[in-house]
Amino acid sequence: MTRVSPELAARMKKAEGFDANACFHCGTCTALCPLGYKILPRKLFHDAMLGLEDRVRANIPQIFSCLLCRMCEANCPSGVHITDNIRSLRSLINRQVFGLK
Amino acid sequence: MPLPIAPILGIFVDNVRKRGSVLPLSKRTATGWARGLDLPRGGETVLYTGNVYQMIPAIDAMSTQMAMLENSFLTRFFGIGRLVNKFVNMSFFMGLTASSEKLRHANRVLRDIVGLLRNAGVEFGYLYEDEFYAGALLYDDGLDEAFGEHARRVTAHLKKLGVRRLITVDPHTTQMFRQAYPRFVKDFDIEVQNYLEVLAQAHPRRAEPADGEVVVHDSCIYARYENICEQPRELLRAAGLSVREPELSGKSTHCCGGPLESLFPAEAHRISGIRVDLLEAEGKNVVTMCPFCWVNLSKAAGDRLVVNDIANVLAACGQRDHRAALKAHVAEDNLVRAHGVA
Repeated sequence: MTRVSPELAARMKKAEGFDANACFHCGTCTALCPLGYKILPRKLFHDAMLGLEDRVRANIPQIFSCLLCRMCEANCPSGVHITDNIRSLRSLINRQVFGLK
Repeated sequence: MPLPIAPILGIFVDNVRKRGSVLPLSKRTATGWARGLDLPRGGETVLYTGNVYQMIPAIDAMSTQMAMLENSFLTRFFGIGRLVNKFVNMSFFMGLTASSEKLRHANRVLRDIVGLLRNAGVEFGYLYEDEFYAGALLYDDGLDEAFGEHARRVTAHLKKLGVRRLITVDPHTTQMFRQAYPRFVKDFDIEVQNYLEVLAQAHPRRAEPADGEVVVHDSCIYARYENICEQPRELLRAAGLSVREPELSGKSTHCCGGPLESLFPAEAHRISGIRVDLLEAEGKNVVTMCPFCWVNLSKAAGDRLVVNDIANVLAACGQRDHRAALKAHVAEDNLVRAHGVA
């Protein structure tokens, strides 16, 4: 069973720098990612936008593994600011999960 | 167990808040490279190293130690490590195991950058111990509050010193000042140029026909964040070298793995290994433009490639026998003594 957190979904909507609405799940980003993790980055954004907190928490290592190399962003046909989104997720986790400011 | 993310990031935050840098350096390590160069202190235009090249030996030592700890039971004690670090600067002990060879390399790069800018007729000062790390690791890891505080502190400090223009020497510091600071510091108005842009603008004289070739490895930050792709190629060609492009170069460059060194060293090594294979397919003499690329690719390549920083390559081309000069760089001998750097 997947638990939905409306709070997380609301926070992602308001999070500064996070915007993945234009993503139409073409998979270019996942295919180009040098790390080769299937979760990065589109499925991750999808989980965060839907408020699937358990899945986001389970993928913390992948979120902090992103190289921020922008290979995906430079080739995204929808112009999603992928690295800003990753930074936003990291910032959220730092505050909400790690208690870091 | 994998390395614990929270306490490691916590140490970065504590170090920046308490000691001004994620990896605090001694004054000697941070400014020793400028000894004997007679660089004026301060001024409106300054060369800004952000202490990044100087940090490389300690970062390299740290990543080696982290790689040993990764997946060991000792990862459980990182929380205690963070607590101790609040009172005792743990990076001092990491610095003790840093390679003096790598510090000499970093110093040579910075000294060569000074030489190249002077040859191009550029006038600038240096802030010596008044220079701070720009905060890239905090920004990249989403430590926004700590980064914002640090960025405002650094900006106020630069303004107090009367600095109006920065000439940066590495991609990460360039990106911080050009893209991150304006987002966190109200009315950030310090002009920022990278030294490769400054040199390319100076229209370097074309040297004699090429008698050497280099494989270019672009930094992700230069290529995809800062649009610095053509300048290094232009400078290398003007220095008389033939430039070879590996698979995935320019705007499509492949990461060296550097960003993962502190949290996921094994993954960093895997990524740098992939890049070394791509570079090797095109040639043996590789040119990097970022200190992290240099250290990661050198480590991954071992004896398979000769990896030099672009500043060393351009400076060596200005010498009569640049092939010998470059060999000397790699062998850690003649140029070090010629510059008189310990």
